[in-house]
Amino acid sequence: MRRVFAKDWWIWTVLPVMLIALYFDFVGSPNDAQLGASARILYFHIGSASVAGIAFTVTAIASIGYLIQRTVVWDIWAAASAEIGTVFTTMILVSGTIWGRVAWGAWWTWDPRLTATLILWIIFAGYLLLREWSDNFERRATYSAIIALIAYVDVPIDYMTIRWWRSIHPVIFTNQGINMPVSMQIPMFLSMGAMTLVFIVWMAVRMRLMRAELGVGDLKNAIRAHIEGQ
Amino acid sequence: MWVTMMAFVIMIVFMFAFAVDAGQVRLSLVFPGILWMAFLFAGMIGISRTYAHEVPEDTLTGLILAPGDRMAIFLAKLTTAFLFMMGMELIATPIFFALFNEPWNGAWGSLLLVLALGALGIVELGTLLSAISANLKSGEMIFTMLMFPFEIPVLITTVEGTHAILSQPAGNPWLWLHGLMAYDAIFLALPLLLYDYLWEV
Repeated sequence: MRRVFAKDWWIWTVLPVMLIALYFDFVGSPNDAQLGASARILYFHIGSASVAGIAFTVTAIASIGYLIQRTVVWDIWAAASAEIGTVFTTMILVSGTIWGRVAWGAWWTWDPRLTATLILWIIFAGYLLLREWSDNFERRATYSAIIALIAYVDVPIDYMTIRWWRSIHPVIFTNQGINMPVSMQIPMFLSMGAMTLVFIVWMAVRMRLMRAELGVGDLKNAIRAHIEGQ
Repeated sequence: MWVTMMAFVIMIVFMFAFAVDAGQVRLSLVFPGILWMAFLFAGMIGISRTYAHEVPEDTLTGLILAPGDRMAIFLAKLTTAFLFMMGMELIATPIFFALFNEPWNGAWGSLLLVLALGALGIVELGTLLSAISANLKSGEMIFTMLMFPFEIPVLITTVEGTHAILSQPAGNPWLWLHGLMAYDAIFLALPLLLYDYLWEV
């Protein structure tokens, strides 16, 4: 146990950042002028959205890497990042529906951005099912890399929806600067940073687990080959 | 493939005719949606069979070994699926109009364009995904799971475009058709880029 803590000491650096972010989210920032305290869910909402964007970008890059080099490490990167990205997309959808109920009075509307995010979530759920249901390692890696690259088309579209079409989402990041008072920018960027750190830690743990899973699979095959050989 | 699609779409026309009560619902509002849901389902049934004969008869190896670009195999499969899809749509659309008493305003050109662009949108990713699912254990299931979310943009744009074309007075379908064209272009280019990697396993 102590060895594990000594090896992963750097994971604990997330804790202070998380606490500072939480302090600014709940205490150190003003209420929204119109929405009151409920606007604070924004910090989780945008935080998860930025992490989901990063995660799916990592998946897309790793998928290209796998298709070119065909090495296991790229597949592990892609798979781990897609899983975590899907979890953060779930967090966007959940925090968004709760906030939507408070702010607009409806759990769900078919706004361009909501639609694009939902499509993204379903596609990556399909991606994870594809991985779950395939048995041959090389096929699984190749097919899921292809699906990930097709699915990634939706990520930039999702980012641009509120700029291309009329949407109920406000545009915060514009060419003229950030459309938000500084007192709310601080908790927003802190949340983004803290959630990105969570993503990094999670990636490290998940990738280690995946390597172990592959190792166990190899061992099983070796034992089976040995028994059949006798 | 062709017979399955045709039989399926005619079956679906009847099922929708029974499911939607003409006395209760204003049919012209739901007509484009019903039309494209039927085409999407029939298309998926047909396209999922694109590679069905290749795997058990092991003709895929022959196709891959054939001299020439593998892109040609993909384009050939795509063209066949597109022609089947188009034929099915051209026969089924008049049946839909007749059974649902949809008034016809004579916009031949734009309706044909929506039908062609929609068919293209459905077959492009359909052909790629059916190549993937043909080699997998629960392939059919994965094909359906992935096809539905990827085809949502096609469904939105074709339904809204058809609605604009058929409404009295006719609306402007071009906003939706341009979106559909963009979708068709992106998802024609991406499978062409990625198709080669599919066979290296």
